[in-house]
Amino acid sequence: MTSKRIVSGLGLLLGAGLAAGQALALEGDAERGEAAAGTCVACHQADGSGMNVPGGQSWPRLAGLDAGYIAKQLHDFQAGRRQNASMMPFANMLDDQQIADVAAYYSQLPATQGDGGDVDEAVLARGEQIAMRGDWDEYIVSCKSCHGPGNQGVGGTFPGIAGQHAGYIESQLRAWQAGERSNDPQNLMGAIAQRMSDEDITAVAAWLASQPAADE
Amino acid sequence: MSNRRKTLVLAGATLAAGASLVAWAETEGHPYDKLVEMGYPAPQEGELVHVPPTMADLEAADMKPQTKAVIRRGYELFTNTQQLRGKNVFNDMNCSSCHLGEGRQPFSAPVWPAAVTLPDFRGKNQHVNNLEERIAGCFAYSMNGTPPEYGSDDMLALSAYHQWLAKGAPMYPDQPIYGRGFPAPERPEELSYANGEALYVENCAVCHGEDGGGLYQDGEYVFPAPWGDGSNNWGAGIVRTHTAAGFIKNNMPLGQPLSLSDQEAWDIAYYMTQQERPQDPRYTGSVDEVLEKFGPTFHKHSSYGQVREVDGHRLADHANWGEKGEEIKPWNVGQPRFEDLEVDQ
Repeated sequence: MTSKRIVSGLGLLLGAGLAAGQALALEGDAERGEAAAGTCVACHQADGSGMNVPGGQSWPRLAGLDAGYIAKQLHDFQAGRRQNASMMPFANMLDDQQIADVAAYYSQLPATQGDGGDVDEAVLARGEQIAMRGDWDEYIVSCKSCHGPGNQGVGGTFPGIAGQHAGYIESQLRAWQAGERSNDPQNLMGAIAQRMSDEDITAVAAWLASQPAADE
Repeated sequence: MSNRRKTLVLAGATLAAGASLVAWAETEGHPYDKLVEMGYPAPQEGELVHVPPTMADLEAADMKPQTKAVIRRGYELFTNTQQLRGKNVFNDMNCSSCHLGEGRQPFSAPVWPAAVTLPDFRGKNQHVNNLEERIAGCFAYSMNGTPPEYGSDDMLALSAYHQWLAKGAPMYPDQPIYGRGFPAPERPEELSYANGEALYVENCAVCHGEDGGGLYQDGEYVFPAPWGDGSNNWGAGIVRTHTAAGFIKNNMPLGQPLSLSDQEAWDIAYYMTQQERPQDPRYTGSVDEVLEKFGPTFHKHSSYGQVREVDGHRLADHANWGEKGEEIKPWNVGQPRFEDLEVDQ
């Protein structure tokens, strides 16, 4: 059972002063979460794998993401701190306990592979550089510095991005760049996204999608 | 930046960085234009501007494969110094924890200047140090450990990486070096511990922890500890308030340099440098003795031995050595040199 991990993830969020209220302190139950997730599967799929939709709106993989991170995003959708027209009505259907339950449910599903990483080698090489070492001449800090070893996420604050769909990563970086997403702590992601070129965004999204979401 | 200055700077850099600049000359502007755009000072006339080569440049360089392999090893040690944990490193730091951008970044104490300005007299230990001795100093203080032996594979690899980054820069330059060290902003008249604490919690704790313990994922280091046993000891350069303020102002929060005001950077530094950490390896058993010996050359800039106003705690008055314990003593500390050499003052 993952409740220990969930609680520690939430603790980090609370400690960081990011709490969206006491609701976050609720402990999630994966079994109840599975039932409450009935409305999520249309996009995020029954196995939580989401879908990469080239040229369209990609649905992120939720399987294996940190519960604290998922819960925070759902609360942010509800409160308008994170904007997405398709996601908002679904987030609004959930009460605080259901959010904790759904988060617990998806966090314990095995991570599936990301799509959209099948691009040419030069693009992947550039993506790897940005993800693992950054490009300091452009003051682009590596993804790994915050998203952790293997870019597989750190607690509830820094989500795992390895093995996420390229289309989703790309759209989020563009949203940060355009100021349409800003629910990160202290603009840590926004500041870096703003310095990334279109090519860099495409490259890093593709490389991350090609990487394993979890160590086997 | 005026066109004229850009040309001057570029001309200077061409001299300094040699062949590795050719590629940039073909692109528009200078690679440090981005920094200037972000608010860092533009290079001044007469300053030595050097852009260290990257690891991609190393792969492309016309050098012996064995040499490249050793430089690569140095790079790996520099960016993942934790692989020497328990042998040379006894805290949670990597070289690149403080020297951001793989040791290449201006205003983040880029390490190549050490390769072209040493051997030189160093105030901290009052004798002439070469590159290896300088690196050894980081192991004794910033890594709270004990250095690899002079001439050992690890030491040679680290030195080689430093020298590679200095490729094309003039040896013993007369000019001041652009972006050297962690230049401190002007010290405000009043520093506030309380404000520093509040700012730390608000701006820094998400990555470095409210308790200063850093951040880990499954036991693996992600963000370094600004104080406590996982951090540098009381003898490291960054315990000096102005050095910490310079680091913070120019580099933090990560990805948002120069976003804090001078007052904010100093207040956070003031708070951070008044937290506990492992003892200075020069400790003799008496804080007062350390202050008497090393105050004038070092601790006059730190909070070592001072009484913290908020709770009356006397800083560094302890025999906690951190993870390295009492047994391991850095062999390089206090090692004299040139004792019989006559010096004309």
